[in-house]
Amino acid sequence: MHGETAMLPDTEAGPASRRIIVGYGFWIFLLSDIVMFSAIFATYAVLSRATAGGPGGPELFNQVSVAIETGSLLLSSYACGLMSLAIGAERQAPTYLAAAFTFALGALFLGLELREFAGMIARGATPQRSAFLSAFFTLVGCHGAHVTAGLLWLIIMMAQVATKGFSPIVCRRLLCFSLFWHALDIIWVGIFTVVYLIGIRG
Amino acid sequence: MNLLGKLSWSAIPIHEPIDMIASGLMIFAVIAILIWITARGHWPYLWNEWLTSVDHKRIGVMYCVLALVMLLRGFTDALMMRSQQAFAAGGSHGYLPPEHYDQVFSAHGTIMIFFMAMPFVIGLMNFAVPLQLGIRDVAFPTLNSVSLWLTASGVLLTNMSLVVGEFARTGWLAYPPLSELRFSPGVGVDYYLWALQISGAGSLMTGINFTTTILKMRAPGMGYMRMPVFCWTSLAANLLIVAAFPVLTATFAMLLLDRYLGFHFFTAEGQGNQMMYVNLIWVWGHPEVYILVLPAFGIFSEVIATFSGKPLFGYRSMVAATMAICILSFIVWLHHFFTMGAGANVNGFFGVMTMIIAVPTGVKIYNWLFTMYGGRVRFTAPILWSLGFMVTFVIGGMTGVLLAVPPADFQLHNSLFLIAHFHNVIIGGVFFGAVAGYMYWFPKAFGFTLDERWGKAAFWCWFIGFYLAFMPLYALGLMGMTRRMERYDVPQWQPWLIVAAIGAVVILAGIICLIVQLVVSIRTREERRDLTGDPWNGRTLEWSTPSPPPPWNFPTLPRVTAKDAFWVMKNARQGVQPRAYEPIEMPANTATGFITAFFAVVTGFALIWHIWWMAGVGLIGAFVTILVFAWREENELEVAAAEVARVDRSYRAGPA
Repeated sequence: MHGETAMLPDTEAGPASRRIIVGYGFWIFLLSDIVMFSAIFATYAVLSRATAGGPGGPELFNQVSVAIETGSLLLSSYACGLMSLAIGAERQAPTYLAAAFTFALGALFLGLELREFAGMIARGATPQRSAFLSAFFTLVGCHGAHVTAGLLWLIIMMAQVATKGFSPIVCRRLLCFSLFWHALDIIWVGIFTVVYLIGIRG
Repeated sequence: MNLLGKLSWSAIPIHEPIDMIASGLMIFAVIAILIWITARGHWPYLWNEWLTSVDHKRIGVMYCVLALVMLLRGFTDALMMRSQQAFAAGGSHGYLPPEHYDQVFSAHGTIMIFFMAMPFVIGLMNFAVPLQLGIRDVAFPTLNSVSLWLTASGVLLTNMSLVVGEFARTGWLAYPPLSELRFSPGVGVDYYLWALQISGAGSLMTGINFTTTILKMRAPGMGYMRMPVFCWTSLAANLLIVAAFPVLTATFAMLLLDRYLGFHFFTAEGQGNQMMYVNLIWVWGHPEVYILVLPAFGIFSEVIATFSGKPLFGYRSMVAATMAICILSFIVWLHHFFTMGAGANVNGFFGVMTMIIAVPTGVKIYNWLFTMYGGRVRFTAPILWSLGFMVTFVIGGMTGVLLAVPPADFQLHNSLFLIAHFHNVIIGGVFFGAVAGYMYWFPKAFGFTLDERWGKAAFWCWFIGFYLAFMPLYALGLMGMTRRMERYDVPQWQPWLIVAAIGAVVILAGIICLIVQLVVSIRTREERRDLTGDPWNGRTLEWSTPSPPPPWNFPTLPRVTAKDAFWVMKNARQGVQPRAYEPIEMPANTATGFITAFFAVVTGFALIWHIWWMAGVGLIGAFVTILVFAWREENELEVAAAEVARVDRSYRAGPA
């Protein structure tokens, strides 16, 4: 069959390989996830001035903390990229090491975010205070929930590497994880711009 | 701490006789079916061959069964509304109290769209798309099973609300602030939200699955411009699912946060914004209309080309029109609420965009007419439904263009004119299409044809019943009757509503004809066996397989050289006979979908009733199920080449 189909254009070559199908399907999922975020972004944009007499962005946001968060998330993605290289070379020890850095930096991001949330809540800026704060906590928190899910997923994938080795199915799942982790960066760049950079102007 | 949350004996509606009779009948029916299955010893067969199946054909059949059962439930609600309004004129209050009537119309809309139309259309896509593409399964077979069972979970939760608690009284889209905790403190809206969140997750997975399947898994030679039109319209519908359903998920999540954690997205307090909900829900809601009707357009294209014995007229324009509608459907949402006060320019833009959709739709209508023109049309039951569609849908489309004119809409919005309009396009378009597809592909799925006479009788009842039931609503809308009225003081409306109720009874006769057709066909199945695999002289690849097809569909993947691939093969007499058979890897059945969905029901029920520990149990259960699946070793089963050869040779030797 390979000989016959070799001359056909891509669209007529028959079903794609499993790796392409899985990666492509996961891309479509990520697109749908970004659409979901876009609905929340739109909501945040509409409600960003609806403070109901409560605190607004300029009083609440700490840019230093947010800068460290951003740095740790981006470095985490860098580590994730190194992990992909190690997986490509099927080398276990570098894979675990890169995964550990990916995890630690992601956890640092999450810790800083939770500290920011706790600080705001302690000052009375709870999501129940105003529509603006509802939208803020939902948008940033939804991203944080994705990061949490990603960390959990990373642990499970390392357990799979340990028990199943670099089997094709495990490698496909690791590919999807890597796509997921990078997509969260893209969303964070959006949040950083829309929430923290624009929001600080008051 | 209360271990059962808000749940108590008062949740059982003992003081509501109508509720009790309905739930009693429902429980009785379910128990009777369970006993019958147990007595006949069908459980192993049912579990191994159906409930855990990842075969796209069986999943498709189960979706359609779900849809037909929910058709009965949704139609019962419709009969209740029509009879209530036929009586409740002047001083009469009818037989339904307002709080019950409000649940009936909310449940009717929710069930008919989410649990009748969606499963029906997705079921037919599941069954036909992989066969038409010349492949063995969808991209992610296990995910497909999860999708099915999550949809079934939503169905179960919605129907549970009849027995335990109540359903939403907020209409099928649950606009705030009415749907907020302050005005709807009961569990009705929570049933609505969690049922739709769970089934919506299933629909999203279907969208991802089919988009990937159609774009990445076609038989060798099947370029985009050789795909059957049903595959094109399915692609468009699934792209819309991927782009629209996440918005629904986000919107419902916000309303849930408002209701459960006191957020202020859409509340009257805290500077919440109700119109934002209305905008967001219609950003999903308008594409949803096309998610339903585009696959129906695809079915009509297949049915009309087959029974006219001609290739579809204007294939390329059909594809272009489909994709144009796919994009345009995202820039018309505001026409659902011109009265919001967005201003003349914004309303004007959305009005014009809405009218423009009539252009590609008109292209399609002409293409179907020109396909029939000069053809040898066989007036079978599927073609009758298609003809009925063309007449009905054109009327519905024109009243839609009327509503797209903002000044006219200011008069007609929220009136029965609107109700008549959207039933005109959804019954005439989506439902007629789904039934045409059901009668067209039934022999492929089960190996015998459906009875034509009862199929035609069903059509005429539905067709006439539809006009009797909904034309009066146009008149009533123009007379000023608003929607969702449980009683009214204008005696002039009553005669029209009585005619509409008679129409509903005629539609009931149509539903009975559909049931009788099924029973008669099953009883006489030996006489109506389809041994050729091609009962209609079809044009596309699904008809090149035996009826029903083996689990692997094709012994070797067909080589496609043109549009209407099977028609070309038949005419070239170039036998699809493969030279050598090879073993085939098929995905192994799994209970993952069923068990995940079980835990989804547990979680949903627990969240509705604020039983937090049980929600935790459900979530952990679902998580563990997925973990077990992730560690499973046997993902595929190999079918031996000899078995493939045996099945294929016996099919070829059969009818000759």
